[in-house]
Amino acid sequence: MSELLLSPEHRYAKIIETSRNEDGSELSILNLGPTHPATHGIFQNILLMDGERILEAEPTIGYIHRAFEKIAENRPFYQITPLTDRMNYCSSPINNMGWWMTLEKLLDIEVPKRAQYLRVIVMELARITDHIICNSILGVDTGAYTGFLYVFQFREKIYEIYEEICGARLTTNMGRIGGFERDWSPKAFQLLETFLVEFPVCWREFQNLFERNRIFIDRTVNVGPITAEMAMDYGFTGPNLRAAGVDYDVRKSQPYSSYEDFEFSIPVGKSGDTYDRFCVRNEEVWQSLSIIRQALDKMPAGNDYHADVPDYYLPPKEDVYNSMESLIYHFKIVMGEVPVPVAEIYHPVEGGNGEVGFYLVTDGSRTPYRLHFRRPCFIYYQAYPEMIKGAMLSDAIVILSSLNVIAGELDA
Amino acid sequence: MALENIEIQEKLQETFGSDVFDFKQEKDIFSFEINADKNTSVILFLKNSPELRFHFLTDLCGIHYPDNEENRQFAIVYHLHNWYENKRIKIKAYINGTNPDIKTTINIHKCANWMERETWDFYGINFAGHPQLKRMLNMDEMISHPMRKEFPMEDSGRTDKDDRFFGRTMSNN
Repeated sequence: MSELLLSPEHRYAKIIETSRNEDGSELSILNLGPTHPATHGIFQNILLMDGERILEAEPTIGYIHRAFEKIAENRPFYQITPLTDRMNYCSSPINNMGWWMTLEKLLDIEVPKRAQYLRVIVMELARITDHIICNSILGVDTGAYTGFLYVFQFREKIYEIYEEICGARLTTNMGRIGGFERDWSPKAFQLLETFLVEFPVCWREFQNLFERNRIFIDRTVNVGPITAEMAMDYGFTGPNLRAAGVDYDVRKSQPYSSYEDFEFSIPVGKSGDTYDRFCVRNEEVWQSLSIIRQALDKMPAGNDYHADVPDYYLPPKEDVYNSMESLIYHFKIVMGEVPVPVAEIYHPVEGGNGEVGFYLVTDGSRTPYRLHFRRPCFIYYQAYPEMIKGAMLSDAIVILSSLNVIAGELDA
Repeated sequence: MALENIEIQEKLQETFGSDVFDFKQEKDIFSFEINADKNTSVILFLKNSPELRFHFLTDLCGIHYPDNEENRQFAIVYHLHNWYENKRIKIKAYINGTNPDIKTTINIHKCANWMERETWDFYGINFAGHPQLKRMLNMDEMISHPMRKEFPMEDSGRTDKDDRFFGRTMSNN
C-alpha cells in the first residue's frame, strides 16, 4: 500500500504531474483507511483530491478475508452456519436461516408452519438490528450522537431475545435443518412482547430527531444519489436499491418461509440519495414490526418447532443417552454421514442489505463441492468510487455509512 | 403471463443454435449450458431481447472440476434474473483447464467487474478484456489461486477423517 502511494508509477501521480490549476494549487492524494474511526470497518480508499473535493477513488478490500468459501468446502453442513454468522454480523440470524433454507430446498424438507413463523420473527428482528445500526451510525457520522445511544439500548433488547432463543448474541449460529434446536421459551415471547411495546416509541422519537432536522437534511439530501438504472447495473439490491425507486424485494418476489402470509409494503425512495436510504430503512423497521406482530397473532397453536427429519435433525440430548436409535442418528449427523443428493441449488433471502444468495453445488459427499455466497455488500460497494466522485470528503463518509457496507460481508 | 422455460429455450436455440444446450429445470431454477466463447453474445441477447429481458446479473462465480476432461475443468456460472416476469436462470460455461480464458461481461453488466476479479483471484480464470484483473480479497503478493481443488485446506497427511473409517463412498446416493 505505502508503495502505491509513493510510487511515481501510480496513475494518480501522473494525473497530479500533468494537471496544475491556474492559481498554482495542486491536486493531492489522501489515504482514507484502512483503519479509520469514521469508516466503521476496514476499508481503504486512496482518494485523488482537489482541495476538499474528491476527483477519483480507488478502493482496496479484503482486509478481513477469511476464506469462508474454501473452509465451507471442507466442512459438513452443520459446521457452515457459524461461517454465515460472520458475514453480515449485524443480522446473523438472516444468514443462518438462509443457509438452513438452502439445505431444506436441497433435501426437500417441509418445515412446519409454526417454525416458519418463528423464523420470520427472528429474521425481522435481525433486519431491525441491522437498520438500527445503519441509521443510528449515520446519525453519528453527521454529528448526532444522542440518537445512536438512545436506540442502541434496543439492539441490546433484541440480543437478549436471541440469547433466550439460542444462547448467543452476536454470532448466533441459530437453528437446525428443519427448524430450531429448541422451542422458544415463554421468556422469549415475553421479551418480544415488551420489545414490541417499548421500541416503537423510541423509534418514533429517533425518527423525529432526524427526519425534519435541518442539519441532517443539509448533510444528506442530494448526497451520493444514484439513479435506478445505475443501481441495477451495479447489482444493487435491498434498501439501497429501493431508495432509488425500484420495489424489488425477495420477500415479495420469491416468498420463502411463509412471507406470503403477511401483509407488508415495500417502502421506496425517489432519488437514491443518502436521505432516501435513511428514510427507506426507517420505514422498513415499521414494516418489520408489523410483520412480527402479525406472525405472533397468526402463530399456529401447538409446539412444533422443527420438521420430523431424523436423518438431519439432531435428536434431543437425553434421547441420545437413553436410546440406541437416537445415538446412531446423533453420531451420523455429527460425523456428516447424512444422505445428500447431487444437485445445484440457489437460494436467495432478503438480508439487511439486499439479496443474500447461497449457491450450493453438492456431489453427494459430506461437504459442499462448491458453496458461493452472493454477498450484497460486495456487489454494491463497487459503485462507491463512482458515488463519491465530485463529493466532499465529509460526504464520502456519510455515503459509506448510508450504504451500510459491512466489512464481514464484503470480504467473506 | 409468465415467461415459460420452453419460450426461453426456443428463443435461444433460434438465435444460437447448438451453442446453447442441455436445458433443464434444476429444482426451482431453469438452467442451461453455453459454449464459453459465446458468453457475451448470449448474455447480451438475454438482456436486450424484448421478450426475455434478463437484465439483472445476480451472481457470477467459478467452479473447479479437476476430474473432468481437459476442456471442461473450470466452469463459470452466471445467475440472471428477470424482475419483470420474476424469472431466474442459471447459465454454465465450461472452460479449458490449462488455459482458463473467457470474455468479460463488464460491458453488459457493470457489477460483473468485481465478481470477475474475485473469480480470477480465486481460480486464475482469465477474463479477456477486464480492465483491472488484480488481487481482490487475497493479498497482492500471492502467486496461487487458492480455491482450486489442488490446494488442500487441511494437512494433506491427515488420515483420521478418511472415508474408509466411515464405510463411505464418494457418492452415497
